[in-house]
Amino acid sequence: MTIRVKVVARPGSLSQQAYLPAIAHGMGITFRHFMKNWMLNLTGNRKKSEIVTVQYPEETVPYPERFRGLHRLMKRDDDQVRCVACMLCAAVCPAHCITIVPEEAADGRIEKRPAIFEIDELRCVVCGLCTEACPCDAIRMDTKEHAKPVYQRHVAVLDKEELLSRGTLSSATQGGVGAFWRESEGNDRQTTGEVQPAGPPPGPAR
Amino acid sequence: MELLNKIVNIVFGEYGSLQFTIVWAVIWIGLIQHAVGMGTASILTWLERRQSAMMQDRLGPNRANIGPFRAWGITHFLADALKFMFKEDFVPPKAHKFLFGLAPILAMAPALIIATILPFGAPLCWGHMNEVLPGGVCETPVNLQIAHLDVGVLFYFAMSSLSVFGATLAGWASYNKWAMMGGLRASAQMMSYEVTMGMAIVAMFLIYGTMEPGAMVFSQGDMPWEWGIWGVPHFAAFILFLTSAMAETKRTPFDIPEGEPEIIGYFVEYSGLRFGLFFLGEFLEVVFSSGLIVTIFFGGWKFPGYQWVTEHVPNYGVSAITFAVWMTKVFIFSSFQLAVRWSLPRFRSDQLMQLGWQRLLPLSIANLLIAAGWVMYRGAN
Repeated sequence: MTIRVKVVARPGSLSQQAYLPAIAHGMGITFRHFMKNWMLNLTGNRKKSEIVTVQYPEETVPYPERFRGLHRLMKRDDDQVRCVACMLCAAVCPAHCITIVPEEAADGRIEKRPAIFEIDELRCVVCGLCTEACPCDAIRMDTKEHAKPVYQRHVAVLDKEELLSRGTLSSATQGGVGAFWRESEGNDRQTTGEVQPAGPPPGPAR
Repeated sequence: MELLNKIVNIVFGEYGSLQFTIVWAVIWIGLIQHAVGMGTASILTWLERRQSAMMQDRLGPNRANIGPFRAWGITHFLADALKFMFKEDFVPPKAHKFLFGLAPILAMAPALIIATILPFGAPLCWGHMNEVLPGGVCETPVNLQIAHLDVGVLFYFAMSSLSVFGATLAGWASYNKWAMMGGLRASAQMMSYEVTMGMAIVAMFLIYGTMEPGAMVFSQGDMPWEWGIWGVPHFAAFILFLTSAMAETKRTPFDIPEGEPEIIGYFVEYSGLRFGLFFLGEFLEVVFSSGLIVTIFFGGWKFPGYQWVTEHVPNYGVSAITFAVWMTKVFIFSSFQLAVRWSLPRFRSDQLMQLGWQRLLPLSIANLLIAAGWVMYRGAN
């Protein structure tokens, strides 16, 4: 039994089958691109040429407005951490990269705050759910910085100080009125113990 | 001065003696094969990437530098060479050790050897180098050519067909199925295109009446319209020769033996400097096949104004200038071959064979007949 071969007719004029006109045309296109790019590059007018390369360390592409970069922790008026250790970000994090150990503040002004706040940038999947979950605008990813390459894994685990170092004041109102809402409302029930208010009671300002 | 003359006499011997020929050949081997050939081929490895990048609206490698000396990244070829030297030189356990080592040498050596026949400048005049020689007339010429062979271009064919051994042996000795296929494809392709190449160039033998490249250059004029490419059989021979010469270099659009997307090719098992030899050999073939094309079709080292230069510049200056002209032409043609490689898509294996045997070979035979007719007609007039 012979193998049945279906011969497909190759359409095309002689000039197409001779390849040469098409080759000349194609070479013309590449040559035009080459000369244009080369000449403009030599004369220092690279912006006018068609070259799309970005010379990375020297030039950078501006990041989009909502780019999610390294995390940062926002600050209160008195440079304390804004986070109230509600654990929502740690709970929502799909990569389990946020570690929070809450504590009571020594001065009693803040009911709860993180003693340890660590983010493992190696585990982080940069989904941004933590910032969405945060009720206090305490954690943000708007630094427009990449996670930097490191030599040891532990260096990529950012602690509270590191995260705070990029922090600024938030324009959002700090949630609630803090531990002294009773005072500010004129309630006569005092907080017990040695904890005394330090400075003016935090109000809804800023 | 006396001492210098004595030393020159001792080193070079008498004009025309065997010692004289050998000493000059050694000098030219150092200059052409090693300084020019290797140097140009190395720079082409960088130029290929840079040029193709510019063609594709990219920038290409421009970073390598020696201190503040950057020069558009031209030192990338040094970085590449350094990388090749320090990479692991891996030999597959089941490879044929001897042939595995021999193959890269066999692939590169022919590319170097074909440089011997290329005339790369106007002849020096022994004993009259400081004099102005109008028209380059000289009784005692020293050819700027490593070997003045009467068989000339035939020697080129003999040597360039040897380079198929490098590819085939590399494929066989690697003990790798992909390499084997690459080697087989290389042998099939290079055998096929060798025939066309020969037929195309036989037409030029008829027209020039000689096979010696130096004589071919002398029978061409200074002006571009007096070069060897003008004429029906001339131009057809040029196209056929260029096509098959590019097929011989195993580069895209004829890179079936390498075929990066399907089989990696006959050098799939090679690494380090052994791979570097294949790589450099490929570019050497580009350089020296460009040299041959320039010699046969584009006037060799001749240029408009050669006559004027011989009347105003001493003999050694004429040789230097013509050498620079030859280098420029070769460089332009090498660059053209790179441009072809980055403009055209590759052939399929069977299309390649079809093109070689069914199109190019009949065309080159027909061109041979036309050239014979051309020579008869010219002789009759």
